[in-house]
Amino acid sequence: MNNVSIQHISKKYASIEALQDISLEIQPGELFGLIGPDGAGKTTLFRILTTLLLADSGSASVCGLDVVKDLREIRKRVGYMPGRFSLYQDLTVEENLQFFATVFNTTIEKNYDLVRDIYVQIEPFKHRRAGKLSGGMKQKLALSCALIHRPDVLFLDEPTTGVDPVSRVEFWDMLDRLKKQGITILVSTPYMDEASRCDRIALMRAGKCLSVDTPENIRRSFTRSLWAVQGAQMYPLLNVLRNYPEIYSCYAFGDAHHLTFRHQNVSDNEINALQEYLKTNGYTGVELRKIEPSVEDCFMAL
Amino acid sequence: MKQFASFIRKEFYHIFRDIRTMLIMLVMPIILIILFGYAITTEIKSVPFAVLDRSRDEVTTRLTDRIGASEYFNLYKLLDSEEEAQDLFRQGKVRLVVVFPPQYASSPDAAIQLLADATDPNEATQLTGYATAIITAAKTDAIVQTMPIGIIPVVHLLYNPLMKGAYNFVPGVMGLILILICAMMTSVGIVREKEMGTMEILLVSPMKPVYIILAKAVPYLLLSMVNITTILLLSYFLLEVPIMGSLFSLVMVTVLYIIVSLCLGLLISTVADTQQAAMLISGMALMLPVMLLSGMMFPIENMPKLLQWLSNIVPAKWYIIAVKDIMIKGLSITSVLKETGILILMAFVLIAISVKRFKIRL
Repeated sequence: MNNVSIQHISKKYASIEALQDISLEIQPGELFGLIGPDGAGKTTLFRILTTLLLADSGSASVCGLDVVKDLREIRKRVGYMPGRFSLYQDLTVEENLQFFATVFNTTIEKNYDLVRDIYVQIEPFKHRRAGKLSGGMKQKLALSCALIHRPDVLFLDEPTTGVDPVSRVEFWDMLDRLKKQGITILVSTPYMDEASRCDRIALMRAGKCLSVDTPENIRRSFTRSLWAVQGAQMYPLLNVLRNYPEIYSCYAFGDAHHLTFRHQNVSDNEINALQEYLKTNGYTGVELRKIEPSVEDCFMAL
Repeated sequence: MKQFASFIRKEFYHIFRDIRTMLIMLVMPIILIILFGYAITTEIKSVPFAVLDRSRDEVTTRLTDRIGASEYFNLYKLLDSEEEAQDLFRQGKVRLVVVFPPQYASSPDAAIQLLADATDPNEATQLTGYATAIITAAKTDAIVQTMPIGIIPVVHLLYNPLMKGAYNFVPGVMGLILILICAMMTSVGIVREKEMGTMEILLVSPMKPVYIILAKAVPYLLLSMVNITTILLLSYFLLEVPIMGSLFSLVMVTVLYIIVSLCLGLLISTVADTQQAAMLISGMALMLPVMLLSGMMFPIENMPKLLQWLSNIVPAKWYIIAVKDIMIKGLSITSVLKETGILILMAFVLIAISVKRFKIRL
């Protein structure tokens, strides 16, 4: 049973409530994502589950083992990749992997099939010091080291932060393959676009769990129709849009603003009225189109 | 066991790949020994002196030659006036001036004046002492020549007949270097794992914390043995300090002291959170007490009662006493049982506290 169960976990640092009454059930073999910005409490939750921190209240279990009482047993069975690159920078790629394999009472040869897909990509650099690797390669090495002892549950704390977009996609492909091996994976990320790669996600903000569901269901829960607005002078445009009385919400999303109206069903007349309003305010050539909500839209709406 | 060996190998990689660690580990001891041996010495050697001879007779000339011939003094100049002496002192050309009164040969009891530069009072005392000794000896010789019977005191210095400073500082420097290197390097090594975040992964592994700690200490124990060898070789061949007692006893006591120092480093690592803090604590909390309270530089018997009492908790004090007894006096290990006992006790107390204080969580 490599499931993870979290019941009413709370944790406070001085005056900051890092986690407030978090309860989650993660099924065996699930790829579960904790999605939220910095300070949401993702790292704290990971540290509690990996027995590194004690919660103020509540209880949690990993593989059916209590995170406080069965500390020794849990430490044998989980793989943990902290958010910050935490390997030995002055050791080579091969030495790092070798070291972690022995620390976990195993050998590279024994579990090579598990890490092969990942390790072959960094094998050409196996005599290079870990500190001299690029961001993406560092993450691949860290994942190899966390996997080398064939853990039942894998905890990955922001594995794709600071990694280029191509490597990020590769990284998620690797997680998919690991999931097929039956490893339960808990992964946290601040990137909302990665949420769709998870089986289920928990949206977190300021120590609270806002919503738990599949990415698909979370997107479907967004009932208002969503519009993307693009034009010149995006920043002043945002303020002008927000001053329009019919607008319910308007947020800047990369190259477009996403907005919703007060009414659930928006007619063409209302769109035309908005176009007119923008024109009178000096914004011509503004493009408006209906779009499907993303997880990030749902997160902003929560 | 395999885990442990692999951990130690990793630790050696860290040491050998960091040029600064290597310098501190292997070069610093050599520099310190040579520095203390030659540069920082309290011995008087070839000090320039001048003579204001108002007699200019056979006796004063012979005395002047005798002082100048000793290894302590070199004759800089014969002076004509007191003003000249003042000038030489101001320019720093001489540190001692001997003034002979007029008609010294005909009145041998007349006082000889010794002028010394007392900006360094200890040195001035030593200079006048040495000069007085030479003059007294010359006088005694003269009396012996004229009087057949006389009482001549024979001074015999035990253990260090040549009064060499090296006999005192070699044990002291050993005490200082070993504790600095062992405590500083182990504490910094462990704290670096905390700082780099690797401790987080090590904790979430089946490795027992006590092994993590011990594996950190073993490489420094081995490297300290290398240091001991170089220090002993340097002091034996370069500074000519003999090893009177058994080398085996000396090594045993030293290994014990290294273990105490390593335990101290482990304890520091449980207190410090950053490498700088670890460095500062081991620097301030170890170097000063070792230098000041171990008896290496200042005699403990002359200190206020409070400091005398405090010196008992400085491991270096007991180590230096033991090393002096074995190395210089040639005593056997049985005569330093008290010192070794205290060191063993310290090791046990320190390791117990560090293991208890080691956090199994973040």
